[in-house]
Amino acid sequence: MEKTATPGAHVHEHPHEHHEELGFWRKYVFSTDHKVIGIQYAITGLLFLLFGFGLMMMMRWQLAYPGKPIPLIGLWLGQSRAANGIMLPEFYNQLGAMHGTIMVFLGVVPLAVGGFGNFVMPLQIGAPDMAFPKINMMSYWVYFIGGVVMLASFFPTTGAAQSGWTSYAPLSIITSTSGQTYWLVGMIFLITSSLLGSINFITTIVQLRAKGLSYMRLPFFVWAQLVTSFLLLLAFPPLEAAGILQLMDKVAGTSFFLPSGLIISGKPLAVAGQGNPLLWQHLFWFLAHPEVYVLILPAMGIVAEIIANNTRKPLWGYKALVYSVVFLGFMSFIVWAHHMFMTGMGTTMSAFFQTTTMIISIPSVVILTALLLSLWGASIRFTTPMLFALAFLPMFGIGGLTGLPLGLAPSDIHLHDTYYVIGHFHYVVAPGTIFALFAGVYYWFPKATGRRMNDLLGKIHFWGSLVAINLVFAPMFIQGMAGMNRRMYDGGAMYQYNAPVLHWNVVQGYAAWTLGLFQLFFIVNFVMSIKWGKAVDKNPWEATTLEWSAPSPPGHGNFLTEPIVYRAPYEYSVPGAAKDFSPQFEPEKA
Amino acid sequence: MNIPYTVEERPDSGLANGKLGIWLFLASEVMLFGALFSTYIILRTGATEWPHGELSVPLGAINTVILISSSVTMVMAWASLKMHDWGKQRLYLILTFVLAGIFLVNKYFEYSDHLTRGEGPAHSTFLAIYFTLTGLHGLHIVGGMIVMAYLLGPGAKLWKHNPDQFTNRIEYTGLYWHFVDLVWIFLFPILYLL
Repeated sequence: MEKTATPGAHVHEHPHEHHEELGFWRKYVFSTDHKVIGIQYAITGLLFLLFGFGLMMMMRWQLAYPGKPIPLIGLWLGQSRAANGIMLPEFYNQLGAMHGTIMVFLGVVPLAVGGFGNFVMPLQIGAPDMAFPKINMMSYWVYFIGGVVMLASFFPTTGAAQSGWTSYAPLSIITSTSGQTYWLVGMIFLITSSLLGSINFITTIVQLRAKGLSYMRLPFFVWAQLVTSFLLLLAFPPLEAAGILQLMDKVAGTSFFLPSGLIISGKPLAVAGQGNPLLWQHLFWFLAHPEVYVLILPAMGIVAEIIANNTRKPLWGYKALVYSVVFLGFMSFIVWAHHMFMTGMGTTMSAFFQTTTMIISIPSVVILTALLLSLWGASIRFTTPMLFALAFLPMFGIGGLTGLPLGLAPSDIHLHDTYYVIGHFHYVVAPGTIFALFAGVYYWFPKATGRRMNDLLGKIHFWGSLVAINLVFAPMFIQGMAGMNRRMYDGGAMYQYNAPVLHWNVVQGYAAWTLGLFQLFFIVNFVMSIKWGKAVDKNPWEATTLEWSAPSPPGHGNFLTEPIVYRAPYEYSVPGAAKDFSPQFEPEKA
Repeated sequence: MNIPYTVEERPDSGLANGKLGIWLFLASEVMLFGALFSTYIILRTGATEWPHGELSVPLGAINTVILISSSVTMVMAWASLKMHDWGKQRLYLILTFVLAGIFLVNKYFEYSDHLTRGEGPAHSTFLAIYFTLTGLHGLHIVGGMIVMAYLLGPGAKLWKHNPDQFTNRIEYTGLYWHFVDLVWIFLFPILYLL
């Protein structure tokens, strides 16, 4: 024991350490405390989610009522975006590209990894802070600058990027507006931020685990964050490379992604040529497929924590969960070209990538099954976080299973670029991941603020969102199978074959706006509970993991005494124990 | 509150935080340059013609020797610190910094030679790759020089109250520097020789 395998051991070596009171700026703005940074990430991420959702609500108007002036805000948008309140096609394209970019890179990932990862992970492993607190602060501010650049791209009259969130070359390069350049610069900032964050996360998990916290005693959430960090660390740099190359094409006149003999508006493009547009897709999806798992793994981690807590049972198959998540992380690097079956890359490539895609579905199903079986025979506490976590299971299930036909080349040829694809990945990310993130907010809010969020408002938020969000996305499968293309400015009205499924656009529009209304319950609840929520003690959910041994909210340095771990993370309802939860931090009573 | 293992090693991982951090950073750098080298391979194998002899092999060779020497002086700086020879460490670190500077001066002559002839990155795919890869590598050199300048200037104070941590910082800078050197060892043949 005298070996210093103990975070916090130094506290004892310097008992008279001077504890200075930090000023407002150092405490709340340029803070190096992982909890403050986590909250900064979370709130910025939530605001971006709201903003990205706002873009989508405008698009839904245009899809439901093409060519009609947008109510309320239409005239504010300016003639370059909505002439007399009627959305212009260019602006629709900008909204599409920026909705995707903002939701993925500025909303979900910062909230799931930057927010929950930063706030919860060090607490769960019993660390006083992240391994590199200053780098942690820097990664938030670099992310912030990236976000500002992305938002700024809306202001030039030519507008933001408009070539989809995938920014496929050569379209993205030959579109002569400045939006794409902003997008690339913004992405380089966001990538740098993720990189700094992931180095910090991995180092923290490997180095700062509390005494007794072996890898197989880590909460599943920490495992999910560890694998996620590896994905960010290794998959993002190729996109950074691709971003630099596309920036060279945009700014320095090179032609990395522009083929020879490209003719635009009847004129040959004056570049050296010899570039390869497919190369962009390869480099993009080499990131963007692991990115899908970056979106989903932290969500699975959150759901696992909440399910274990509210079923009052250990998770079913903890080891299987851990091995699956590691395998999933590894496999996610070799499935990227299943996004590219339609590019003509050849049947050999397609055969390889559809095989790996079928293989990667196995660990996903193992994880989902283990979480589902954890419910078996439990006396479930239907708290607000648990409702969101429970809804995650079927929603992610629908999203995952509808992905299988897209992973097989023959069926993908029919479904590619239709609303079916949109329905599929939105089921994974919106009622899947975002529901899990809401679950996490309700679950850890008491730890962050010392107060509980209102349960009634939470339940209204949940049921309203669940119904509305399904009405948005379920009809997309019908539309997609009918062949409706995903990028139609008029919602598909220009093609006769869309007529039988066109009326769904109106239903989806009303569902989307209703979904927006129900988020007001969350916003009000969130803001009010900070001040007026019911005050709680250390462990309001009677949970077992380490973060619940710290005060709510934890002070600088997190723990009052050095945490020591005595057992596995989910020891609920242990036979013979005095209470139905045996926390990791409580020693065995003889 | 103190964060553990900033200087000493954690027994079960055998690493200090900084060392793990720098290795993870280098892993991501491998992926960054890996993607760029893959781009080179794909564009080159797809090209109908590929220019030869555009670059000055002697200048490139001299720069290769300069960078390898700077890696050696970097190790010497660290080794000197391990033997608590502060003066020698500074000498070797300054030498590394100067060698890096000479590398950049050479690069400047190469760049301006092309640019004055009007052959910028837009001229051909080969030059596009050449300028992008060597430019990014050059930025890495500049980054390394900034860190060295810090360790020679304001960062040197750390030696007084925490010599072990300062030694570690020199070691991590060295690891990074060897990586930058290694990238060049790949860049030189693929751009100048092949």
